[in-house]
Amino acid sequence: MNNLDFFYNQPSPYSLSKEHKREAIELHLSRLDTHHYQNCKSYQNMTNSFRHGNWLSSNSLLMPVRLFKQQELKSVPQEDVFKVLTSSGTTSQVVSRIILDRGTASNQSKVLVKIMQHYLGLQRLPMLIIDHPSVVKDRTSFSARGAGILGLATFGRDHTYALDDDMTINIERVKSFSEKYSGQPVFIFGFTFMIWQYFFQELKAKNIHLNLSDAVLVHSGGWKKLIDVAVDNTVFKQVAYNTCEIKRVHNFYGMVEQVGSIFVECSHGYLHAPDYADIDIISAETMKVLPYGEKGLIAVSSVLPYSYPGHRLLTEDLGTIYGEDNCACGLKGKYFHVHGRVPKAEVRGCSDTHAVEQKL
Amino acid sequence: MSQDILVQCFVEALGVQAPVVVDSLKYNSIAQWDSVAHMTLIAMLEEKFDLMLDTDDIIDMSSVAKAKEILSKYGVHF
Repeated sequence: MNNLDFFYNQPSPYSLSKEHKREAIELHLSRLDTHHYQNCKSYQNMTNSFRHGNWLSSNSLLMPVRLFKQQELKSVPQEDVFKVLTSSGTTSQVVSRIILDRGTASNQSKVLVKIMQHYLGLQRLPMLIIDHPSVVKDRTSFSARGAGILGLATFGRDHTYALDDDMTINIERVKSFSEKYSGQPVFIFGFTFMIWQYFFQELKAKNIHLNLSDAVLVHSGGWKKLIDVAVDNTVFKQVAYNTCEIKRVHNFYGMVEQVGSIFVECSHGYLHAPDYADIDIISAETMKVLPYGEKGLIAVSSVLPYSYPGHRLLTEDLGTIYGEDNCACGLKGKYFHVHGRVPKAEVRGCSDTHAVEQKL
Repeated sequence: MSQDILVQCFVEALGVQAPVVVDSLKYNSIAQWDSVAHMTLIAMLEEKFDLMLDTDDIIDMSSVAKAKEILSKYGVHF
């Protein structure tokens, strides 16, 4: 059992100050260390050899994310396995396999709800999805993209897809959505690259201006393709405003290995660690934790992973932490930016789920 | 009356036979009641009972019995 009541009972997902958080999250993570050590043979072997090598800055193993592609890591009996999440199933590369039991899956949903409600409110809002409906049609095998859309669909109603199956924008549908809910808060969700390419760019090309001034736009999936065409977060937000009058835009950083405890961009443009998760920046040379302001490998921890040893991960992303508890937005927690993937790391992530379709 | 509407919503959203829809039926316990069908079910309940459920209700609706409990909060009597 992974009891998260302490975290659920906080008034918001960003309420723990650093001393309280350090104590609460380390206690929880160390319990998970013990659980995984006792129940996952691979985790136990790796921990033993890492401790023996004595090159970690702490006693706890950071699991490299790519190991989830190479082996099935599981800390619960086979009969408790309820679902297997896979990453980016539409690309040609090897996928990560994340083993879930019911408890872990249910906690993932709950934590996602706690975090998203902070930005969207308790009520479900009319939802415009910047994708095509077929992405969730095949129920036996979801791509990361389909799973992401479904997860976020909980926060919406009257789900309206902005694109048709051939990825072209359906102007009629989008216009009727924006007129129907004019002057009301709405929720727009999509993957960063898709929104840019198939929504904003198409609206610009067709010279169509939408009034979605009360919308909250949430997007995720990585910037790699956009950085190639010189689009960063500032440009993205500017275009969101120019084409649709959208003022509230929240990017988020998350991964299939830690579904639920996502890092959402605050009103001041920084990604924030919620009470359920934490982040450190690790030097690739020394494997030691770097001070705030320095760029290095992102390590993330989460109180959620119980059925698989994914509670402390070493990612292949580069980032910089700017501080903790003192962001101008007022939220507690560490705040940071992600700069992209380590050079030569394999291409992975939601943004690449479109690679195959594009070639068609 | 409400019971019949409720069963009909489950039958249509999940694509199951009416006798399957009993209080003990749990979310994700059968292949037909997965996350996709769940959202279809929510939309259908909202339409037929003319109400709007919160995000928390959707997450909490883990069985037919729980669905009744949640709908009761909105003044639906079973």
